[in-house]
Formats: sequence, structure tokens, C-alpha cells
Amino acid sequence: MRVVVEKRDTRSKRMAILIPLVSFIVSLMLGAIVLIASKSNPLQAYGAMLNGAFGNARRFQYTIVESLPLLMCGLGVGIAFRLKFWNIGAEGQYVWGAIGITWVMQFWRFLPVPMLLPVGLAVGMTLGALWAGVPGFLKAQWSVDETLTTLMLNYVAIGLAEYLYINKWKAPLGNMGTPEFPREAWLPQIWGKVHAGIFIALALVVLLWFLLYKTRWGFELNMIGKNPKAARYQGVSIKRNIVLAMILSGAICGLSGSVNTAAIAHRLTKGVNAGYGFTGIIIAWMSGLNPFASILVAVVMAALTTGADALQIAMKLPESMGEVLQGLVLIPLLAGSIFVEHKLKFIKKEAA
Amino acid sequence: MMDFITKLLAATIAMGTSLTFATIGEIYTEKTGVLNLGMEGTMLMGALTAFASTLASGSLYVGLVVAMLTGGMLSLIHAFLCVTMRANQVVSGLAITMFGTGLANFLGQRLGPVSNNYNLVGMNLPKKFDNIAIPLLKDIPVLGAFFDVSILTYLLYLIIPFAWFFMYKTKHGLAIRAVGESPKTAAAMGLSVSRLRYLYTIIGGMFAGLGGACLSLSFTPSWNDGMTGGKGWIVIALVIFATWNPGKAVIGTLVFGGITSLQFSLQAAGIKMVIPTQFLAFAPYLITFFTLSVMTILNQNRKGAFASPSALGSSFAIDDK
Repeated sequence: MRVVVEKRDTRSKRMAILIPLVSFIVSLMLGAIVLIASKSNPLQAYGAMLNGAFGNARRFQYTIVESLPLLMCGLGVGIAFRLKFWNIGAEGQYVWGAIGITWVMQFWRFLPVPMLLPVGLAVGMTLGALWAGVPGFLKAQWSVDETLTTLMLNYVAIGLAEYLYINKWKAPLGNMGTPEFPREAWLPQIWGKVHAGIFIALALVVLLWFLLYKTRWGFELNMIGKNPKAARYQGVSIKRNIVLAMILSGAICGLSGSVNTAAIAHRLTKGVNAGYGFTGIIIAWMSGLNPFASILVAVVMAALTTGADALQIAMKLPESMGEVLQGLVLIPLLAGSIFVEHKLKFIKKEAA
Repeated sequence: MMDFITKLLAATIAMGTSLTFATIGEIYTEKTGVLNLGMEGTMLMGALTAFASTLASGSLYVGLVVAMLTGGMLSLIHAFLCVTMRANQVVSGLAITMFGTGLANFLGQRLGPVSNNYNLVGMNLPKKFDNIAIPLLKDIPVLGAFFDVSILTYLLYLIIPFAWFFMYKTKHGLAIRAVGESPKTAAAMGLSVSRLRYLYTIIGGMFAGLGGACLSLSFTPSWNDGMTGGKGWIVIALVIFATWNPGKAVIGTLVFGGITSLQFSLQAAGIKMVIPTQFLAFAPYLITFFTLSVMTILNQNRKGAFASPSALGSSFAIDDK
């Protein structure tokens, strides 16, 4: 008997739900092997993680806070991914958002204090959009490989941010980092540690869902991604849409950086490049580019991080276990992704 | 001044050895059309396993072999996901980096001796790959730095020309390039696209593991969490800078390695810097960004002059339309 992989006529809805579930179970089992090998009881460890991520109100709040930048970056890169445009520059765009809001808070003091936050968010968004627009334009105009350009630009942004908080914008007193933003301009906390950024993130989910599924532009983006030839015959401008999608994508990642900076660190400092942009790529991919599904995926990935922190305290296991598990969740999922659009066909051996 | 340049060159070569091994590996992988963004995680796993197994066995060569096997195994996962399961190469690469970085840091606190609370951080190797000077040659002003290096670097001197020759002057090299350029044509010519992609993704990973081993066994003989510090990403940049040509990889490593070493050398020499160190840190990426953009734009009308493999990043299946 021979097994061949055959393309399905339509995407399998059943598989799209079944595969993530099975993958998650497989990854927990793979993680258990790592845990057993390091002489820990996996059930106890997973229990500690679950408890660490959702155990009480405070921990649940931490998980939500951690999930917000992941969700926003995931939404951002998801727009570009619809066009099969691999924006892996979310990290850099996020950093520009943080730089933007810090710039406003530190140097735009001619503004009345209540204006600092909204203007800061807008500037962060704009810088993120510009930073993403450049590779977008290069791709649209001259087909310069976007995966590689966006990746390279990440490290330029991170380096610039470092230069700013270590040298140029450093607070005269204290350690590394810019001066703290005025307290009145912080993004307020609304439920324990959970800050108002949650409204921005959820509003974005609804907005993007509407934009991508209910408007003509969303339809055009989908068409370009699925069948660029057909899109061109329909008179859809691919070049223009690539640049627009990239600008929107970068704006959202930038906003994510501004929001997080205004809500948590309240200044530009070490740790601004926490990897949210990179994990955001994974969020977008795992959610199948569906904004609502992104919420769930972002919370799960955030829980792996906050759970692993608790693991370190409860069981003296290295916190890098979180990263191991995040990677392990992805591997079976990547392997299974083929069955959404393909199926196995068993052929009995016959004479040729 | 002369002394400063010689020291800078020596530091550049020492650091560049690790980068060049991994770059040559990634060039071969990408030439077959597979983009492996898992370099950072693979190099870190190589560094960790090399250090841990050298500590346990007392032999540096055991360390090298184990690092290569580990790198090969991690890349086998990538090859399986991208070639057999036709998964997205970008996501798969990021997953490998995540998993590899996490696992390396995790094991770093598990594989150490009991006396050090199972920790590898803070342990010292009984020996490392020391520099071997070639008499006479080492006395050449400045360039003598090339002849007072570790055995790993001498090995590299042999591998670079071989890797270039193999890619451009042999039938097998032609097959590699065909698979990365046009898998459909290659398959029609009777080449096994999957087999070649598997093979060179695994070999690429072995080189990355070796690159990691150079760090933990020679350049900074120790283990530290995340000790590759982004070198895996510089490798991705170097591949582009070298225009996917293994022969040119060494130019890139000398330039990039030089820029990085310059930061430390200037600091060590107590010279007040005109350019902030952070600018030097991101210069390689900015240079690569411009190189890639300018090369692509200039080669708009001359197809093939720019050596980026056309099928890079896309999966291939015969039944694909």
C-alpha cells in the first residue's frame, strides 16, 4: 500500500479545529518527556503552571497583561500575512512605537499633560507605520525580499532604542533608561494590573474583523493573497495594497509598543525588545489570521510564559521551560497544518 | 596603531570563525530553497552541548561531534516540517529558535555537575582549542594574525575553498542550485528535491552546531545563558551579504566580525568613540539591508545576476499547481 498526500478541494473545517487540539496534547506529552528527564513530576509541573497562570486574580491579571502585546502584534502582522507578505519586522515596529511615545513624553512638553498620552500613541503608531512602509514599498516597487529586509530592520530599531536610553535620552539620575513619564500621562490600570490597553486591543480585534471580512478592501487583500493573478485581472492594484497593508500592519505593531510602554515601564529602558513582535508572528500564524482566534492563542502563549515564571518559584525549574513549551506547541501544529488543505490517500498496490 | 590593527584582526578572526561555519551551512541550506531562521537556536544548542559533553568526557573533539549531531537533529525537525509537512518555513524557523534557545538555557541549569547544583554556568573547561602559531608566517606584519589561530580556524581555511568549489564546479553543486532555483525543473530532470533539501538542511544545521561549539570551546570557553547573543541572526544577514556564495562569506565575516570586535577593542583601548557603540552593533544589519535592496534594484533587468535562490522559502510538491 502506498500513501500519498493529496490536495483537498476546500479547506477542512473539522481539521482546522481538530489539529490544534491534538497538537496541544502532543506538545504537553513532549514537554512531559523533558520534565521527566529532568527529574520532575510532569503532572505536578503542569499543575503549578496552570495555577501560576490562572490561579488567582493577580496571576490571571498578569497573564492578560502579558497577552495584550502578543495579541496586538499578532493582529498587526496578520494583515500583511493575508497578502502572503512575510512581515517579520514586528519587533522593530513595536520598538519604534516605544521610541515614539517616549519622544513625545520627554520632549513635547509644550503640549498640555492630558494630550501627551493620545499624541504619544499616535506618534508611536506613525513611526511603526513608516518603519514598516519602507520594506513594503521596496517589495511593491522592486520585489526586494520582505522577509529579509524586515528582519534586518528589527536590529537597527533595537540598536537605536538602546542608543537612546543608554546615551542620548538617558535620565540624569538613576540607571539605564529615560526619565519616567509624568504620572498623569500613564495608561491607567482598570482592574488590578490590567491596564486600559485591553480596550484598545479588543477594539482592534473587532475593527480588523470588520475591515477584513466585511469591507471591499478586506476582500481585495484576501484575493491578492489567494490568487494574485485573478486580483490583477479584476483591476486590484497589488503594489498599492502591499504598501497600504504594510503601513497598517506596522501602525498596529507600533501602537502595541506605545501602549505597553505607557502602561508598564513608563519609560524607554532595557527590555523594550522583549520578543513580543516575534511571538506575534506565531500568534498570527496559529490563529489562522482570524482576529477573534488570536485572542485565545495570545492568552495561551502568554499563560505559558507566566506559568513558567511560577514554575521557577514553585518547583525550582528554570523559567526557560516556558520557551521550550512554546516551541513544543508549535512543532506538532506546524506538522499538522498540512492536513487542513491536504489529505492522505491510501492507494492499494496495483500492477502499473 | 599597527599593534591595534593586528589585535583587532586577531579578535575578528576568532569571532568570525564561529560566524563563518554557520554562514556556510546556511548558504547551502538556502541554496536548496529552504530558509532556516532557526540558526540562533541551533547555534546556542551547539554551544551548550559542545560545552557539556566536553566537560563530561574531557575531550574537545567529543564536544565538536556532539554539537554537530545536535545541530543536525534540530535541523532535521525543520526539514521534516518544511519539506515533508510543507509547513511555513518562517514560522518553523522561529519555532526552532524558540525551542532551541529555551532548551539550551534549560539544560544549562540541568547538565552541570552536582557540586555546582547541576549548573553549567561558572564551570571551566580543563582545556580549550588554543591558538597554534605557524613559525615564520606568524611574523608577517598584521596578516600574521591569520597564522596564529585555533585548529578550528585552520579547518575553516580548508572548508571555504572546498565549499565554493563544491557549489560551483561540481555536478552535485549544480543539482543543489537547480533545486533552489526551480524545483519543478529539477524534479523533471530526475533530481529528488526532497532528498537534497533534507540533506542540506541537516548539513547546514551541523555547521551551525559547529559554529556554536567554536564559541563555547574556543572563543569564550564557558557556558552562559543565551551566549550566542544574536549571532544566529547575523548569520542570516551574512548569507545575504555574501550573495549566497560560500567563497564570499569570508569577506562578510571579516567586515561584520571586524565591526563587532571594533566595539570591544576601542573600549579596551580606552579610546573615546566618535560613533556610539550601539551604532556599530546594528551597522551589520543596516549594511545588509542596503546591500539587499540595492542589489535587487540594480538587478531588476538582469535576471540571474543576483544570486538569491528563486524558490527560497517556498515549499514544493509535484502535485502543486
